[in-house]
Amino acid sequence: MSLAYYPGCTLKTRAKNLEEPAVASMEALGFKLDEVPRWNCCGAVYSLADDDLIHRVAPVRNLIRVKKQGKTELVTLCAFCLNTLKRANLLMREDAEKRDTLNDFIDEGIAYSGEVKVVHLLEVFRDDIGWEALSQKVKLPLRGLKAAPYYGCTLLRPREVAIDNVENPTILGDFLKALGASHVDFTESTRCCSSYQIVSSPHDIAEYARPILSSASSHGAEALVLTCPLCDYNLSRGQEELMKKHSEFKGIPLVYFTQLLALALGLGPRVCHFELNHGSPELLLKGKNLLPQVESVQPIGG
Amino acid sequence: MTRKAPVTVSPKRLRREFVKKVKELSGQNLQLCYQCGLCTGNCPAAANMDISPRRIIELARLGLEEEIAGSQTVWTCASCLACTVNCPRGFDLSKVMEAIRLLTLRKNIDRIRPEDISPEKRSELPQIAMVSGLRKFTG
Repeated sequence: MSLAYYPGCTLKTRAKNLEEPAVASMEALGFKLDEVPRWNCCGAVYSLADDDLIHRVAPVRNLIRVKKQGKTELVTLCAFCLNTLKRANLLMREDAEKRDTLNDFIDEGIAYSGEVKVVHLLEVFRDDIGWEALSQKVKLPLRGLKAAPYYGCTLLRPREVAIDNVENPTILGDFLKALGASHVDFTESTRCCSSYQIVSSPHDIAEYARPILSSASSHGAEALVLTCPLCDYNLSRGQEELMKKHSEFKGIPLVYFTQLLALALGLGPRVCHFELNHGSPELLLKGKNLLPQVESVQPIGG
Repeated sequence: MTRKAPVTVSPKRLRREFVKKVKELSGQNLQLCYQCGLCTGNCPAAANMDISPRRIIELARLGLEEEIAGSQTVWTCASCLACTVNCPRGFDLSKVMEAIRLLTLRKNIDRIRPEDISPEKRSELPQIAMVSGLRKFTG
């Protein structure tokens, strides 16, 4: 089965370790993540000013290309892209005046009014495949791994584009449970990592990271499970600084949810690109016997 | 030499103009806020702000443009929307923060200069950081 898929810029460069295990895992599960033809950058952040239509052109153009592909659903992996595309889509559904202006300007030959449904890969597991069916495909259960799901901001806010309950999300925890891991819920799992502030105020990064990392550790987590490349960057750099400044501060390995998926499906570490990870999760995973060497992607039957 | 007629700028008029622009850009009714402070309580960046998120709303609806313009607050906001989802009045403060940022950026006054980001930093930052940072801090 083929799913229209939007990778976004970061997954093709700095975050191959988020994308490649996802593509391989979906293939093993019998799904092809089919990239939207000629996709362009979504703009990374959704414009919050009412009159700023020009920055909505980029995400809407991507959605039009999905419609032209004949697809009704678009799967995303990057939490930033999901948010930007989903909010732009909502605007096209709900604001007739802005919809007309954007359609006239973009001039792609077809009118678009928000027909495509934008989803995150986690929603495909929850709503289409199902946790039970996913758990039945697991070849190497992540038994003994205490993993804390970290949601960050853009999967859950604003409320109208949230992929789960805003106050008490469970989707990432349920995913980890399906893979056989022990998921550790912690109080700061939806707290902001400082996002794009890393560009203008890099010195504050450790203080943003501290409550998130400390909370996960104090709840007994051995690893923090991420969905967003910017969270990965900020939390890893933040913890490096914290460890330099405070000898008693212990780091916590960071790992993408797609890497754990690939390992659990028995695809081995090769597709996971752990060399791109910060905070060395391999040591922890090796200690749990979760890193067998497997050279080729084997389709999973059933 | 021709003498130009003196121009009197009315502070009242300026204030009204500021409030009007913030409302237009944000699409938010500033009078909705009843100053409960949940926005500040939920803001992960509040400790780094010189004016709290709650006070920004109050200053904005009073039209106190200079006080807001001299503050770091809107440039410290990461648009995480913790304020927005927790507001009991359905007020979207993230849009007001953006409106105030844009009132500066649209005068061609940038907050950061891309060339000040070192090549090493540029090569390691994820693209979403660069794109979103430049979107938020340059006009």
